Amino acid sequence: MRYIPNSPEERKEMLEAIGFQSAEQLFDSIPQELRLQRPLNTPAALSEIELLDKFDRLGRRNAAAQRTSFLGAGAYSHYIPTIVDHIISRSEFFTAYTPYQPEISQGTLQTIFEFQTLVCQLTGMEVANASMYDGSTALAEAVLMAERITRRSKVIASAAVHPQYLEVVKTYVQHAGIDLELAEFDEKTGQAGSALAKAVDDQTAALVVQSPNFFGCIEDLKALADAAHAKGALLVVAITEAMSLGLLKSPGACGADIVVAEGQSFGVPLSFGGPYVGLFATRDKYARQIPGRLVGEAYDKKGRRGFVLTLATREQHIRREKATSNICTNEGLIALAATVYMEAMGRRGIQEAASQCLQKAAYTAKRIAGLKGFSLPFSGPYFNEFVVRGPRNAVDLLARLAKEKEIEGGIALSRFIAGRDTDFLVCVTETNTREQIDSLVAALSEL
Amino acid sequence: MANVPEDLHYSKDHEWVRVEGDQAIIGITDYAQNSLGDVVYVELPKTGEDFAANEPFGSVESVKAVSEVFTPVAGSVVTINESLADEPEKVNTAPYGEGWMIRLKMANPGDVDSLLTAAEYEDFTKAESE
Amino acid sequence: MTSGITKVTTHISPNEQLIFERSQQGRIGYRLPALDVEESSIESLVPKEFLRDDDLEGVPEVSEVDVVRHFVRMSTWNYSIDIGMYPLGSCTMKYNSRLNERVARIAGFANLHPLADEADSQGALQVIYELQECLAEITGLSGVSLQPAAGAHGEMTGIMIIRAFLDARDGAAGSARRTMLIPDSAHGTNPASAHLSGFSVKTIRSTAEGLTDLDHLRELCAHGDVAGLMLTNPNTLGLFERNIKQICDIVHEAGGLVYMDGANMNALVGVARPGDMGVDVIHLNLHKTFSTPHGGGGPGCGPCCCTKELEPFLPVPRIVKTGDTYRLDHNQPKSIGRVKAFFGNYGMMLRALAYTLTHGYDGLREATEAAVLNARYIAEGLTSDFDKPFNSPPMHEVVFTDKRQSRKGVHTLDIAKRLIDYGFHPMTIYFPLIVQGAMLIEPTESVGRQELDQFIAAMQSIAREAVENPELVLNAPHDTRIGRLDEAAAARKPVLRWKPEPSTDYAEKPARA
Repeated sequence: MRYIPNSPEERKEMLEAIGFQSAEQLFDSIPQELRLQRPLNTPAALSEIELLDKFDRLGRRNAAAQRTSFLGAGAYSHYIPTIVDHIISRSEFFTAYTPYQPEISQGTLQTIFEFQTLVCQLTGMEVANASMYDGSTALAEAVLMAERITRRSKVIASAAVHPQYLEVVKTYVQHAGIDLELAEFDEKTGQAGSALAKAVDDQTAALVVQSPNFFGCIEDLKALADAAHAKGALLVVAITEAMSLGLLKSPGACGADIVVAEGQSFGVPLSFGGPYVGLFATRDKYARQIPGRLVGEAYDKKGRRGFVLTLATREQHIRREKATSNICTNEGLIALAATVYMEAMGRRGIQEAASQCLQKAAYTAKRIAGLKGFSLPFSGPYFNEFVVRGPRNAVDLLARLAKEKEIEGGIALSRFIAGRDTDFLVCVTETNTREQIDSLVAALSEL
Repeated sequence: MANVPEDLHYSKDHEWVRVEGDQAIIGITDYAQNSLGDVVYVELPKTGEDFAANEPFGSVESVKAVSEVFTPVAGSVVTINESLADEPEKVNTAPYGEGWMIRLKMANPGDVDSLLTAAEYEDFTKAESE
Repeated sequence: MTSGITKVTTHISPNEQLIFERSQQGRIGYRLPALDVEESSIESLVPKEFLRDDDLEGVPEVSEVDVVRHFVRMSTWNYSIDIGMYPLGSCTMKYNSRLNERVARIAGFANLHPLADEADSQGALQVIYELQECLAEITGLSGVSLQPAAGAHGEMTGIMIIRAFLDARDGAAGSARRTMLIPDSAHGTNPASAHLSGFSVKTIRSTAEGLTDLDHLRELCAHGDVAGLMLTNPNTLGLFERNIKQICDIVHEAGGLVYMDGANMNALVGVARPGDMGVDVIHLNLHKTFSTPHGGGGPGCGPCCCTKELEPFLPVPRIVKTGDTYRLDHNQPKSIGRVKAFFGNYGMMLRALAYTLTHGYDGLREATEAAVLNARYIAEGLTSDFDKPFNSPPMHEVVFTDKRQSRKGVHTLDIAKRLIDYGFHPMTIYFPLIVQGAMLIEPTESVGRQELDQFIAAMQSIAREAVENPELVLNAPHDTRIGRLDEAAAARKPVLRWKPEPSTDYAEKPARA
């Protein structure tokens, strides 16, 4: 097997050198009755040529990957600069281990320190960790953290948070003694509305809101922060479209206490849902309650600056069952991709990409709203996603759009929320050209 | 050789108690700080909190370890050593002096009678390190 | 100073400051097409109070060349598998094949949105299904979920499944069954994961031989409150729990379930199956056993596999096959719920399936044999110089202690740091906790005999240095770009991000190299 450096002959020599006659003897400590008496019933080995052929064919069976796309809802098609993949493909980054030995891991450690800084800058918060698995699990951990900080057990989330994110939070809190309640969103605006702010009381650990929310609507975070703080509760803000941070007021500036986000928009391919990267940021005073790894500045005896994993006593390998989380492996390489993206696009590029998303979405919405039978049911402001109400069943409409026009026009809301059969969510990014948008509009008017 | 002042009471969890009237000042011993290594953070309770004897009132962290700290006597917290927030290393450099942790108003002054004397504590630590 | 070091001399190690220190106002590293739609005023689209007003201050402005040099220079400071062996016990640092990387980047997968219609994602779903089948066969456990994103995540999933099963079976009486038994040698994620499912933890002792103490296990099970046992097999000392069948029987008789931490599967693939041992649920680490890259701290993938009886509790959606069609099955009312948005770390599933198919059923077994052989070979080579606390034959990893060296004042940490001077990444240190000054060594199958011999020679040399010239070891590493860092100071006054110096006008910063 070509990945095994020692040939069968070399291995035979090694066995003899340590006193064995056969490789079978290496497993003497496994009782005979527990050993597999037959070969594994998995496929036979494929050569590189055969393997690539198999996966190429499987790749071509994913028709959706070839089409013009207006899909969002938690995963976004953005421009990825060529150098991102080139840099994360460097051996020293992707085949490196977790930086537990700082002297030979400064590459990883310094890039994480830059990542933490960029996350703080974009979210407007004071401290950020080295990443979580994704936005949904980051949100779940934020809820657990809010309970730890406030010692209160009620958490109220807006029903306009991504439904899959809410599902994940539910799974995480089910045995944590946390009471998760949902507050209805405003039917007119599509925003969280007054129900969320009104629901907070002095038993509430946190209000949870997503902005832009699942319907694409931008929330009034400052008002929610004020409402939460008035009762001693925290405001937890979730963001699925990180690009929005390039244009919208940062949650930190609005008074958020914990901000979590999905970082996939920053240099990470769609890849059928993963690997993505969870951003997690909070105030300095809560730093010791943060889950996950933290990289800090440190100096050696000669006064040279370096970076090191720090505040490790929060983590599972030291605090075990009292740890702030059980997380160990996180999303290191994806965080690196996001870091390269944020630095390559930089201060100007992130804002320009965000601005193009806003403008193209506005253009698309205006043109669709102008079609007979189509309207925008929610009046709230949006960034690059918005809900369209069509003349008939959205699932059918979108299926025809895909099959007949080769366009992934949006995501039917009925897949997530009962009773919204004619609504679908459309996402527009800087990668959608005017031509593509006009084709979408033409196709919709035709169908 | 760890320092074990004569005039203090000791617990098997390596805390010391200095009695001043009906109040008790508590910290961790020289032996304890030496085992822990460089202290980086001390978690202390709020004033007014009540603790039973042998209940954990906080924790001490080094880079690679965290240990709970227990109060050998029952009582309610009068003051805590706020300076440890900025200078946790005092626990290492002056465990019986500036590294003190909390001052309790004792619920039962008789609690100290069941603690170890300096000599008993010294024997205890000798046995532990063997 | 460095006699006998054959693996390294020195190499280029350029300096590189933080990107923020490199940033120069006006530099750009990107170009987007011009906006091709009519531009509306921003304030007509979004109320002013919702708009950013800090112009992303602090975010760097650099050219593409700056970015490339910045990252490439920093990359040269890292050790990595492609450079050489990582003898890290419990991590399984095997070769990360380039072919797997190519497969993961195939456009039909890389550009596929997770919410695309099932009918238009059949190729992608087939990958998940085939990997599920392979893992079911390898573990001997038919229920598989690939949704968890890492080992700890898979652990949490598995323990929640146990909790859900017991609550369904015992009803209200289940509230009395909230103790999870965990060996004293367990990885820290184990008790942390148990805690997330509302269990409290009781520790089981190990025998002098390093295996689970059956008497203690029986004693703890007799309390009647045991929900289950979490164990690793081979355990974290690298030893196979030969009483595993008995252990599972004891726990089952007490009404509990057995969870296995699959971190050490590299000693078992193709040789023995957890399902055949009586284990009820396991998690795997695809970034260990199945070679998906560690990436400096992830991404991982921690599938959860379980018996047929526990399948209804797996996360939802399940990926199933009906005829020739792959489908998402959301109709699982007993499921513990979703543990992550979408399907999990899909890109790692592609790599793991490619790994499995490249090896074939015989190659998988061959890898296991080679991994165990390499560990045994190292164990033989080091026994005369280092204290080996357990006599039982080690599997894919072996543990030593610093007992001999510490008599001269040289400890595990020092040995590890000196190993860096010899060109190796250190082994796992101070884990498991039950071994004093533990050094846990796992070479994996990806190391050739020469490098194994170099490693053994390096360790023997360090053992000599510990006696003859301890200062050399105590002050190691000597040849790295940075020495031992003051971690205590870093933890006392944490600096966790870059901050601009106050009153520095961004535009006036002098240009840097």
